[in-house]
Amino acid sequence: MSRGKTIAEKILSAKSGVDAYAGQIVNAEVDYVMVNDVTGPIAFREFEELGMEPVRERMVLIPDHYVPNKDVASAEQAKEMREFARRWGIGNYFEVGRSGVCHQLMVDEGFAAPGRLIVGADSHTCTYGGLGAFSTGVGSTEAAAVFATGRLWFKVPESIRVVLSGGFRPGVGGKDLVIRIITDIGVDGATYKAFEFAGDGIAQVPVSDRLTIANMAIEAGGKAGIFPCDSLTEEYIADTVKGDYQSYEADDGAEYCLTLHYDLGEIEPMVAFPHLPENGRPVKDADVSIDQAWLGSCTNGRIEDLRIAAEVVKGRSVHPDVRFIVVPASPRVYRQAMQEGLLETFMESGAYVSGPTCGACLGGHMGILAAGERCIASTNRNFIGRMGHKDSEVYLAGPGVVAASAVAGRIVTPEDLEAV
Amino acid sequence: MDAVKGKVWRFGDHVDTDQIIPAERLVSENLDKMDEFIFEKVRPELAGNIEKGDIIVAGKNFGCGSSREHAPRSLLQAGVSCVVAESFARIFFRNSLNVGLLLVECPVEAEDGDELEVRPEEGKVLNLSSGAVNGFPQYPEFVSELISAGGLMQLIKEGRF
Repeated sequence: MSRGKTIAEKILSAKSGVDAYAGQIVNAEVDYVMVNDVTGPIAFREFEELGMEPVRERMVLIPDHYVPNKDVASAEQAKEMREFARRWGIGNYFEVGRSGVCHQLMVDEGFAAPGRLIVGADSHTCTYGGLGAFSTGVGSTEAAAVFATGRLWFKVPESIRVVLSGGFRPGVGGKDLVIRIITDIGVDGATYKAFEFAGDGIAQVPVSDRLTIANMAIEAGGKAGIFPCDSLTEEYIADTVKGDYQSYEADDGAEYCLTLHYDLGEIEPMVAFPHLPENGRPVKDADVSIDQAWLGSCTNGRIEDLRIAAEVVKGRSVHPDVRFIVVPASPRVYRQAMQEGLLETFMESGAYVSGPTCGACLGGHMGILAAGERCIASTNRNFIGRMGHKDSEVYLAGPGVVAASAVAGRIVTPEDLEAV
Repeated sequence: MDAVKGKVWRFGDHVDTDQIIPAERLVSENLDKMDEFIFEKVRPELAGNIEKGDIIVAGKNFGCGSSREHAPRSLLQAGVSCVVAESFARIFFRNSLNVGLLLVECPVEAEDGDELEVRPEEGKVLNLSSGAVNGFPQYPEFVSELISAGGLMQLIKEGRF
């Protein structure tokens, strides 16, 4: 009998037609390839040099980083994407108003689904592992190669098995867990590897939190972060998924390079200090005043995150010295937040509500930091100068902590607000 | 592949792609002048003083973070002949293969200004200033083929992928 397989090995075997195990290099059929307004232009140039026909229906073009156009240079760049889409008849191009943070849009529009192999010229493409896909970030040239051939080479990764048990305490979620994991293994702890989540604790992790966790697999260097598909996944994508999908589960005899165990009940609210995501500490140990709180991004800009944050600020006011910026990740999230009255709650509290964009998460626009300023953000990276000036600081946390900190003017948990 | 020789710019662990070239510079109008912006937030003196052939020496996880291919492209534009690091982040590694930036995975002792020679065929890094010599293993066959072809697009053009 052959050796058991991990989910990553199964998906890459299915897509390559090779009985593949960790360490092998395979040439696999890609279900979707996505580029954004920053990585697209290089891909378009590389592709057009080839003089080949594109795999149109598998290409997804999403402007999100610098749109709505923040200046003339980004306007020219967004125009390149628009014109490329027209020139080549790419149906899956999403114009401003129908567009949002690319990874949320890939979920909302039903491109991301269990068992699919998806690449994107954006490092957080690993997000769709939250639904059971094998998805990973690539460069512009590799995206162009997929435009032309529909295929890409992959080194089948070893997998780190993360066994979850128990359930989160109130006020704790996926962001806290993933900061904990990255802090434990380091920002290169999963380089060239995939995370595979397992254990009965998974049923206690909402799908939106799974997307958050998978999204930050790259912050430990990971190639992918994969959750098995269950009834919660099926329910989550039922209304949106395009086409059929096939889910995979790991075999009993699958081999892992490392196994980690987490009792979700023991995870505390976490915050990652500058300038690496591995600098996680329990929020209770933080004594940091802030100038800005930023809620949004592919990590925590979903409706579930907005609900958590709105619940915290409801009936309260944003601290007079703080700008609280709320950026729903997609039109679907935005509309839902509007219908549920969340946007009104944010505005009542004194927050600024923006339309969907990556915005300041990567230092683009909509909330750039000045020298010496500190921001608590629901985003994924706190690198030097990530959200603006090189002498500004970014602290990463979940939506509840971001909202509570906006009210308190310093980094606290929602529970701390109750105590005041 | 020919040996390269140059002056060392020394970095530590976890140099992320935001440090190599900040996100706000990633617009098409900058694509031909990205060398002006490399390391501007962390080592602003570097871009103006780097010389053709210079070598970056770093610790673990060089090129972590964003998938921006602008990172290896900007280093190439600046004349960097090779990056020698203890380890590389995955996407940066693959991007470098495709744009033709030579990467060597090997921990070496070197300081700013040291003279370094990298001999890819022999798998050796020589610190000409200190006399130290380090060895590194060859890449797997497919990766070597990709490097000698000049990247994935070249393989496609030649009908080899």
